[in-house]
Amino acid sequence: MSERISEKLTILSDAAKYDVSCASSGSDRKNENKGLGNASNGICHAYTEDGRCVSLLKILLTNFCIYDCAYCISRKSNDIKRAAFTVQEVVDLTMNFYRRNYIEGLFLSSGIFKNADYTMERLVLVAKKLRTEHQFNGYIHLKTIPGASDELMQEAALYADRLSVNVEMPTKESLRLLAPDKNRNDMLKPMRYIDKALTQNQEEKKLFKKAPTLAPAGQSTQMVIGATPETDLQILYMSHFFYQKIHLKRVYYSGYVPVSNDNRLPAMGTPVPFIRENRLYQADWLMRFYHFRVDEIVSPQEPLLDAQIDPKLSWALRNLQLFPVDINKADYMLIMRIPGIGLQSARKICEARKFSRLGMHHLQKIGIAVNRAKYFITTSDAPVLKDYQPMQIKEFILNEGSSKYKPNFSPQLKLF
Amino acid sequence: MQTVVYDSSFEGFFTAVFEIYEYKIKDPDIQQQGAAHVSLFGGRHTVHTDIAKATRVIKKLEAKLSADAFADIYRVLLSEQPGMENVLFRYIQYALQAAQSVETDYSHPDVLWIRQVVRKMGREKHRMEAFIRFLKTKDGLFYATVEPDFNVLPLIRKHFEDRYADQRWLIYDTRRKYGLYYDLHSVTEVTIDFAATLNDKASLRTLHDEQEDLYQSLWRTYFGSTNIQARRNMKLHIQHMPRRYWKYLTEKLPG
Repeated sequence: MSERISEKLTILSDAAKYDVSCASSGSDRKNENKGLGNASNGICHAYTEDGRCVSLLKILLTNFCIYDCAYCISRKSNDIKRAAFTVQEVVDLTMNFYRRNYIEGLFLSSGIFKNADYTMERLVLVAKKLRTEHQFNGYIHLKTIPGASDELMQEAALYADRLSVNVEMPTKESLRLLAPDKNRNDMLKPMRYIDKALTQNQEEKKLFKKAPTLAPAGQSTQMVIGATPETDLQILYMSHFFYQKIHLKRVYYSGYVPVSNDNRLPAMGTPVPFIRENRLYQADWLMRFYHFRVDEIVSPQEPLLDAQIDPKLSWALRNLQLFPVDINKADYMLIMRIPGIGLQSARKICEARKFSRLGMHHLQKIGIAVNRAKYFITTSDAPVLKDYQPMQIKEFILNEGSSKYKPNFSPQLKLF
Repeated sequence: MQTVVYDSSFEGFFTAVFEIYEYKIKDPDIQQQGAAHVSLFGGRHTVHTDIAKATRVIKKLEAKLSADAFADIYRVLLSEQPGMENVLFRYIQYALQAAQSVETDYSHPDVLWIRQVVRKMGREKHRMEAFIRFLKTKDGLFYATVEPDFNVLPLIRKHFEDRYADQRWLIYDTRRKYGLYYDLHSVTEVTIDFAATLNDKASLRTLHDEQEDLYQSLWRTYFGSTNIQARRNMKLHIQHMPRRYWKYLTEKLPG
């Protein structure tokens, strides 16, 4: 019996791993009545050899699927081993992993078998069992299955910390090409429904403290990057739409890992677009934490992010008229926009300058990337650098730094 | 220079601070009892921990510092960094004489040093919360052994108490030879020497719950199959999970 369970786990975690979301933060579920677990800030309990965080037990309930989406490893035309967990098996795995401090909770997704409602019902049943029969207060992330009934969505939100639907393709044209059975609006509909339910729930919570909290960690989604010809402009405007209009907590960008020979897709063996994925995440962070507007990051004139340098540095070089910034005087919001200074450093600078005027050596000690920042700041001691052109600054920074991506841009020909 | 020796307790340290002021000790060098580093020259003052004296210093500091900054002093004292008492003493002096709270004056070397040690402690605390792996015994005890870089057990206590409220657990620090034990009601410090038991892996195994091996092996299976080979990045893997922790990580141990 243990061999069978182990085989299922292999198949169904292998099939789930291309969903990059593993976050277990953003919830504030307390451990009530001496039950098991809680969910708050999220802990990465392990890191796989690809360097990704393992926070949740991320599995599919089954990889049987009625759909045939080209980018998906579980599509029905793919000749792979199929398996399905029972509800109780998933519950047992979650409880036993959690008790040993292996995980923060469960991320349960599924191929679509029979129909949307039938699938969603089983996902909800797992969450319900964990919460009500086992007093489990750890983190639960459920996939919402497009097309499932409103009642099931509502029930899912009652037990889960986070819900998500993956739009997968950044535009509806790509979706039509690669997932002809799916329809863009069918995916947006449950997102909008849940968004409305969550907003309503927040209003209720204000009136009745006892009202149950629905999905405290909100919703997220994922877009596959590099499988289709979208520009970064299209992708980031899509994210902007999700953050602004549907109040998603996270958008994930998943560099396409070739999983099948299909002439609509990059061939097997095509490298994963790591750099692009990284730049998109940096741009996403600028929007979510650094108060950048999406049109400051990409524009119709420059629809692609610069692969060589990060989007914040890129922005600064396009806007040199705003610099140099006086570290001892400038507003916090401007300090956080200086290349080489992160949110924490920006905060530290604003705290520390109340005590004494800050010089370069202070900044170095505080931990900012002085080599990068020095072209954009004035301090109490360092002389103002002369006026360089954007291209010169870019050259200097690229030559000084040892970016892990450097080999990708080396002009030297690599023979081996 | 005068060496001021205290008993390494939290209250002992604050008593020392009080007495340095009380006896107007010039240029003090605060050391823990039994520490090798005792100056040959200059005098020696031995502190006898006095709760009343300690409390007066603590009260004064609480008025001068935020609750977080005060807790940072406690965290630094758990860090076992050489010379930490002297830095803390200078910091306390600075805090007491200043009109405003000095905890965010990062241009001051002592403030910055404390900040950095606290960050290191925070990182180690977080790693323990992440990397502790419990094993289940036949009588339902979940136990784990650790060897943290700093004395962080007092800092992780609340996390585990809140989370694992419905199971008995024990976290044992093999380097400092003490542990935390939760008996379904409260957490207590235990100092039994487990070393002999823990080294005898074979007999330890007979104490395990019959499903323990199964779940360990399922966890290893999961850890292996959730990895994406096309994205392999060992440098990042090791950066996040430094090798020194591997000996406790079920997923990194051979089955």
